[in-house]
Amino acid sequence: MLIDVHAHFYQPAGARADWAERNASRLKAGATIGITRHVASILGTWGRTSPTYFPSPADVCAGNDALLALMAQHPRLISGYACVNPNYTDHALNEIARCLAAGMIGIKLAASRRADDPLVDPVAQAGARHRVPILHHVWQHRRREWPGQEASDGVELVRLARRHPGSAFILAHIGGGGEWTHTLAAARRVDNVYIDLSGSGVDRGMLEACINAVGPTRLLWGCDITMCTGWAKLRRLERILSPADYDCVCWRNAAAIFPAGAFDQ
Amino acid sequence: MTQIDVNTFVGTYPYRDIGAWTAEALVRVCIDAGTTSAWVSHLSAAYWSDPAGGNAALFGLAAAHGILRPVAAVHPGRPGWEAVLAEARARRAPAIRCDASWYGLEPAGSEMRSLLEASADHDIPVMMCVRLEDLRQRHPNDVTPDLQPATIRQLIRHAPRARLIVTHADREFIEQVHFGSTPEEASRILWDISCIWGPPEDHLELLLGTVGIERFIYGTGIPLRLAETTAAKIDLLGLDAHARRRLLSENLTGFGVE
Repeated sequence: MLIDVHAHFYQPAGARADWAERNASRLKAGATIGITRHVASILGTWGRTSPTYFPSPADVCAGNDALLALMAQHPRLISGYACVNPNYTDHALNEIARCLAAGMIGIKLAASRRADDPLVDPVAQAGARHRVPILHHVWQHRRREWPGQEASDGVELVRLARRHPGSAFILAHIGGGGEWTHTLAAARRVDNVYIDLSGSGVDRGMLEACINAVGPTRLLWGCDITMCTGWAKLRRLERILSPADYDCVCWRNAAAIFPAGAFDQ
Repeated sequence: MTQIDVNTFVGTYPYRDIGAWTAEALVRVCIDAGTTSAWVSHLSAAYWSDPAGGNAALFGLAAAHGILRPVAAVHPGRPGWEAVLAEARARRAPAIRCDASWYGLEPAGSEMRSLLEASADHDIPVMMCVRLEDLRQRHPNDVTPDLQPATIRQLIRHAPRARLIVTHADREFIEQVHFGSTPEEASRILWDISCIWGPPEDHLELLLGTVGIERFIYGTGIPLRLAETTAAKIDLLGLDAHARRRLLSENLTGFGVE
């Protein structure tokens, strides 16, 4: 079994005319790589009618609806995160409840509000209440504000995780840009933070550093928007991990933090 | 199958710990990756005042390890650079490299233009790197500007017989050069595929169709990048054996590289 914990799909109401091609390409490449489950999110309309990282409530619903439709088309291949904007607390909580009831298995927080802001607490509580993990977009060592998002770094996510020890947090794309050793130092001793290995970054030594920092039981394999880099990391992991630890990263760790039975075939 | 990796380094990197990276380690990784010939540049020397200071070590490594071929660095702003270029040619370097931004040179300035002309006279391609790491993860002191598409366009127009090999370029960069050049100019440039995205964006597949497979070659960027990435990218293309051979080695032959 191979679970991609960080996948994205596009949707017809989004900003890209080639949305269907990109979705088909992800599924085709996934079949080649051997991905048995894409755990995905759709970030609103991807900028068409509100910013990707600051989606309006209407766009949040549109994105989640599109993902639910994809899940219905591929019930054994695609699972979903409910994407929410924590600036709209009531809407976010209602959307989480709606999407989880419809079959989604996690919550996606992008970069609409800094991770350690108290406004994120109700979402973190919802994760614990529903027993689903929260995938949080992270900029590895954010030294400044970046345009288009209110990005958080590992230190900020760890603050949230320490306030909510009963919630599981997936720290997004360690290879997604930024200085990843900063993140690993922050997350080292925070047991409810899991490192997602996705991202276009393929720095040699990064995987070994992740294993050394948090151990193979807190690592989750994923691709994000570049699947060739995901496959490359998978090939590398196969060489440096024992078969048992490799299985942990490929799927066992994910199976342990997502709802029971989420990945039953 | 012959597999030539044009984009490898020995030495140290000032902005990140890459461990004990020796020629033996490079050879081991190359062999594991199926590489039969690795063009190697000197990473440490790229940051020295005289980047050609690493060339002797490269020539020595190439003599000691049959799999390695030296990509000698030439700094056209330093006295005697013509002799450095001539030595590289005499020692059968498959290419020279000159990364103007790293050396503090005007990227398309007079020194670079002179180097391009001389490289054509010596019938040796010039390798240039767009960037080693992307902007998001750079060390605060690493403020070296990326190579720009306009630079490549200017250089290739200036020296009508010069040939360029550009590494670490992405889709946008390549398109801006290729379609901003005449077919003849574009035919004198090769691109390594180390930083072109595969699925689901499918930039590499698109470029093979629009720019042409003959313009692309195999490169990894090790030790800074995982060697597995380029191989995974090619495997995801689902190429037939002929197309794969072109990417792995034959396009270099077609480019006139020994």
